Amino acid sequence: MRRDLRSSSVILKAAAQLLLPLLLLLSLFLLLRGHHEPGGGFIGGLVAASAIALHLFATDMRSARGVLRVDPRSLMGVGLLVALLAGIVGPLTGGPLLAGRWVDLTVPILGELHLGTPILFDVGVYLVVVGSVLTFVLTLAETGEG
Amino acid sequence: MSLLVALPFLIPMVAGSVSLLAWPSRRAQRAIAVVGTAGQLIAAVVLLVVVWNDGIQVLAAGAWPAPYGITLATDLLSALMVLMTGITGFAAALYSLPTISSRMERNGYYPLMHMLLAGVAGVFLTTDLFNLYVWFEILLLASFALLAMGQERAQMAGALKYVVLNLFSSAMFLSALGLLYGLAGTLNMADLAVKLPALDDGGRVTLVSMLFMLAFSIKAASFPLFFWLPASYHTAPVAVSALFAGLLTKVGVYSLYRTFTLVFTEDVPWTHGWLQVSAGFTMVVGALGALAQTDIRRTFAFLHVSQIGYMLMGLALFTPIALAAGVFYFAHHIIMKSNLFFLSGVIYRLGGSYRRDELGGLWTARPWLSLVFLVPALSLCGIPPLSGFWGKLLIVRAGVDAGSGWLLAAVLVTSVLTLLAVMRIWADVFWKAAPQDRPVRRAPLPVMLWVVTVGLAAGTLWIGFTVEPLWALAERASAQLLDPSAYIEAVLSPELP
Amino acid sequence: MSADPWLVLLIGGLYSCAFYMMLRRSLTKTLFGLVLLSNAANLLIFVAAGVTIGRPALVPDGLQAPEGLVADPLAQAFILTAIVIGFGVLAFAVVLIRRAHEVLDVDDFDELKDAEQ
Repeated sequence: MRRDLRSSSVILKAAAQLLLPLLLLLSLFLLLRGHHEPGGGFIGGLVAASAIALHLFATDMRSARGVLRVDPRSLMGVGLLVALLAGIVGPLTGGPLLAGRWVDLTVPILGELHLGTPILFDVGVYLVVVGSVLTFVLTLAETGEG
Repeated sequence: MSLLVALPFLIPMVAGSVSLLAWPSRRAQRAIAVVGTAGQLIAAVVLLVVVWNDGIQVLAAGAWPAPYGITLATDLLSALMVLMTGITGFAAALYSLPTISSRMERNGYYPLMHMLLAGVAGVFLTTDLFNLYVWFEILLLASFALLAMGQERAQMAGALKYVVLNLFSSAMFLSALGLLYGLAGTLNMADLAVKLPALDDGGRVTLVSMLFMLAFSIKAASFPLFFWLPASYHTAPVAVSALFAGLLTKVGVYSLYRTFTLVFTEDVPWTHGWLQVSAGFTMVVGALGALAQTDIRRTFAFLHVSQIGYMLMGLALFTPIALAAGVFYFAHHIIMKSNLFFLSGVIYRLGGSYRRDELGGLWTARPWLSLVFLVPALSLCGIPPLSGFWGKLLIVRAGVDAGSGWLLAAVLVTSVLTLLAVMRIWADVFWKAAPQDRPVRRAPLPVMLWVVTVGLAAGTLWIGFTVEPLWALAERASAQLLDPSAYIEAVLSPELP
Repeated sequence: MSADPWLVLLIGGLYSCAFYMMLRRSLTKTLFGLVLLSNAANLLIFVAAGVTIGRPALVPDGLQAPEGLVADPLAQAFILTAIVIGFGVLAFAVVLIRRAHEVLDVDDFDELKDAEQ
């Protein structure tokens, strides 16, 4: 198994190097687009996770973990907490659980922003998906090497 | 405050995610486990008090009214079940502290335990069949991982059967959901209860309900699809098998109780007739299986199957007293059975085996522990005045009222067989002299094991000696199940802010 | 609104293949059976809820509700959720069967019996 991973082709390696930043950008685009149009945290998270998995196939375990810098399991934890936070905003402001709340912000450069709890929830989902898919993939790859 | 309804699963979710973040520190994870499960228990107690005083509590997530939004609701049955989840979860967390290996702790034991508890509480609180499916899968995924965690031969073999049968049951559940949605256009249980009687469907709903019954029966481990349970429960670490024994099959039984009182009451003689058959066979076959075992945990697992039969019988007879007896049995059984699994772990610590023939001498070496063991064991057999006696008495009375002779015969046969199985454990493990090569260990037991087992035994004694509070609760819960109009109204027209 | 007969036949085919695979003694084939079964169930929801072609339930700009007859978005949400869950659970099952194969070195349910004790 280990040999298979190492002897991956030059083409895959070169392509993975190029694709990784592009796919991560695409995943962010999908995440943000999900606010009002098809897209969202789940599909965005899957794209990000598969980008890192592709990197793993092209190179090795350590550099795939290096791309992440954090333990995927903590990503799951943070993501769950963020999603729960989005749900709790409702009750904190006198509404029911998961009630949508929005604020309008004016940020220099970006202009007028219409931000709400759904996007926060989606960010949480994004992190959970990236974390859990990578935990699975890395665990599988590690048992394969062991 | 409507958020209260969601707290029993929000608290373990928060605890689970914080526990994931605290991954490197085992001490932090253990502290979170105790605090998180205690929090769930407290929330459950408050919820039960509120439901008892103020009636059914409803939470419409995001202020989207049912049937369009996700609605959570608790009647007394739900609240009681959530309380039992809290008790079992807290007990399992305490028991885990001195018993779970550091390897399992590093592999994510505590986050998975929180996930399991959140899933179980979610099942008890949801009003929507599809959400029921989602909560089921959450708790199943956690239970798969907990079961397979040790990675020993027996665990892998047990886990495989458990996983395959439960995945099959989930697929059947999902198929049934699809068909029901096609027929009724909704999956909110209160909405279904209103719409299904108006549907001129020529028995198709009853047909779909049988598919639901199949799916839930696998999860409840009732005859003939129970064999995954004795194959897997005894392979897990003790705290895990106690947690499973307390809760996992109960979610299946609870789902049957909920759906076959609220939604599928179109053809009661037919559907509940099948439940009666299943209940009778589950009792007898489980008890017979228990007699054939030498491993005490396997014996308890088979007796567990047998008692699922009693709970099903309460639902199958479908009279007020039968349902109340079933609910009573539910509550008593969770406390008693998880305690027996905890105690079998203690026995293993002392005797170094789970096999009856390799154990012995516990009565002379550990008289106090033996007395603690006697409480749930005699309660399991139904010896007065312990909780099991009242549970059985009430079920027998319900059977007499309903004039169901052969089910009564099954109950009586099962009682004798259960007594026999338990007395064999007592005679071999406690009375028989310890084998020469395996003397009972003298080392003191960790305090937590005493706290958990004595605490749960006290619970069993309390239910037994003051029957009235739990029986009153069960009767009111049964009345709510048989006349679901209050539940339906609460779910379909909640007060929105 | 009647369902496309080909889709119905396809679902039936998937279910029967799934059951056939699950009845085999081999662990790996059982796993394939489960994969097929979860796909069959998803397709069943899709068809049971009614197939509406080419009309996604999206609200056009400037309107309060989608125009005309649209596909039922709830069934699609069910399927999406079921796919996500199925993916997670089956991924776990793959890992488990792989580990079981390493630990037990069997691919046959009958041989599991001895390992259980």
